[in-house]
Amino acid sequence: MTQSLDMLVETPSQTAGPYVHIGCIPTFAGVEGIYPQDLGLSPIEDGAKGQIVTITGSVFDGTGWAMRDAMIESWQADAAGRYAGQEGADPNVSGFCRFAADKDSGQFTLRTVKPGAVANRDGSVMAPHITLWIVARGINIGLHTRLYFEDENNDQDPLLARIEQRHRVDTLLARKTGEGSYHFDIRLQGEGETVFLDI
Amino acid sequence: MSDQKPLMPRRREVHPLPYWPDYKTSVARSPSLPLLSMESTTSEETGPRFGHSTLGPLDNNLIENYTQGAAKAVGERVRLHGRVMDETGRPVAGTLVEIWQANAGGRYRHIKDTYFAPLDPNFGGCGRTITDDAGYYEFMTIRPGAYPWPNRANDWRPMHVHFSIFGPTFGQRLITQCYFQGDPLIDLCPIAATIRDRSQLDRLVAALDMQNSRGMDYLAYKFDIVLRGRRQTMFENRPEGM
Repeated sequence: MTQSLDMLVETPSQTAGPYVHIGCIPTFAGVEGIYPQDLGLSPIEDGAKGQIVTITGSVFDGTGWAMRDAMIESWQADAAGRYAGQEGADPNVSGFCRFAADKDSGQFTLRTVKPGAVANRDGSVMAPHITLWIVARGINIGLHTRLYFEDENNDQDPLLARIEQRHRVDTLLARKTGEGSYHFDIRLQGEGETVFLDI
Repeated sequence: MSDQKPLMPRRREVHPLPYWPDYKTSVARSPSLPLLSMESTTSEETGPRFGHSTLGPLDNNLIENYTQGAAKAVGERVRLHGRVMDETGRPVAGTLVEIWQANAGGRYRHIKDTYFAPLDPNFGGCGRTITDDAGYYEFMTIRPGAYPWPNRANDWRPMHVHFSIFGPTFGQRLITQCYFQGDPLIDLCPIAATIRDRSQLDRLVAALDMQNSRGMDYLAYKFDIVLRGRRQTMFENRPEGM
C-alpha cells in the first residue's frame, strides 16, 4: 500500500448535442427574453486597438458536408499579445466570442482584431493565433484547435513546430482573401483533417 | 506570467472516444488522426471572466425565467445544486455555469426539435449562474422529460440536463450532461455509453438529496463537477523540451 494521491478526476465530457444553442446562445436559437443578449456576441468593443479582421469558414464532417449545427468558441489575445486579465491588456478586447454555423449554409463569421504574438511562461513566443473550441451533436468531447494567419511569420511557433507531417500545418492557417478578410475551414475527418489539440 | 502553472494533462481515458458507432452522428464527426499533445501555454492558461453584472435575478430559475416570473413552468420542481472543484479538490469560485434542457414532456424549444410533445408556453429551457466562493451553484428547474431521438429505431434519451462550465482558464472548458438517479434509460442510452467506464458514468448521475429538499415544494438533486487542475510545482521555468 502507498499513500493516497488525494486527487479528484475530471468530470467526463458528454456531447453538447443538437440544442447547444439554447444553453449558450439562446437568442440565436430563438429563445428570447431570458437574457438581454447572448454571451460572447463579440470579442471586441468599439475602440479596440489593432487591425479589424473578418474570418469566415465552415466546419466540415467526414463526408464533406458543411455542418449546420456546430457552435464555436474563440479565445484570443489583443493586438499586443495580451489576454484579458493580464496587465496592460486592451480593455476593449474581451477576447472571447461564441458563434455558430448558419443553419442554412453552414458558414460562420468571426469579426475581431488580429491578435499579436503571445509570450509563454518559458520565454518562447507563439505566432499570432486564435484558440477555437468546437462543439456539436456527434462531438463527444469539445475539439480544440488554433487558427494562425498565413501572412504572419509562423516559423518559430512552438506548437506548429511539433507537427510532424509538415503539410498538415496548412490546416491551421487562415487564408487571406482580401484586406482584413480571411477564410478558415475546419475539417473534422478525412482528407485535410484539421490538427486538433490536447493541451 | 511567472505565476502561471501548467494545466494537468486531460485524462482522456475517462472521457468518451470521438468515434462511437452506436451514436451514429459521431461516425462522420470524429477525427481519425491523433490529437497533438503538449504542455499548456499562455493561451490555455488564461480565460474569459464573467462577472455577476452579466446575470439577471431569475437567470438560475428555469421555472420562472422564461416569463420573467409572470407564470411558472409545468413539471416536477427540482433544485439542482452542487460544487465545482478542480482535480486538486480546490473550489472553483466565480465561474460561469450554464445549463439547458428539455421541458417536462421531453421537448426542447428549438427549431430542430420536431418531437410532437407540446411546448410549455412558460418554459424556455436555459439558465446560468456563477459559483460562490466555495464553488457552490444552484438552479431551480423542472425535471426534464425523457424523449425519443433519431439514432437507432427506438432510442430514448434519459432525463438529462446539459451543463457548460468555464473554469478559470480556457483549457478547463467542459460541456457534459447530468442524469438523474434511478432512471432506467441511462443503461440503454448510446450517448451515456460513450463513457466506457461505468464508474465514470455514475459520476454524471445526480443523487437524490432529501436533506436539501423542501417539503411541499421541491426535490433536491446534487451534482458535483470536477474540472482539470493546475500542476503544483516550483520547477516551472525550465525550457520546454521537444
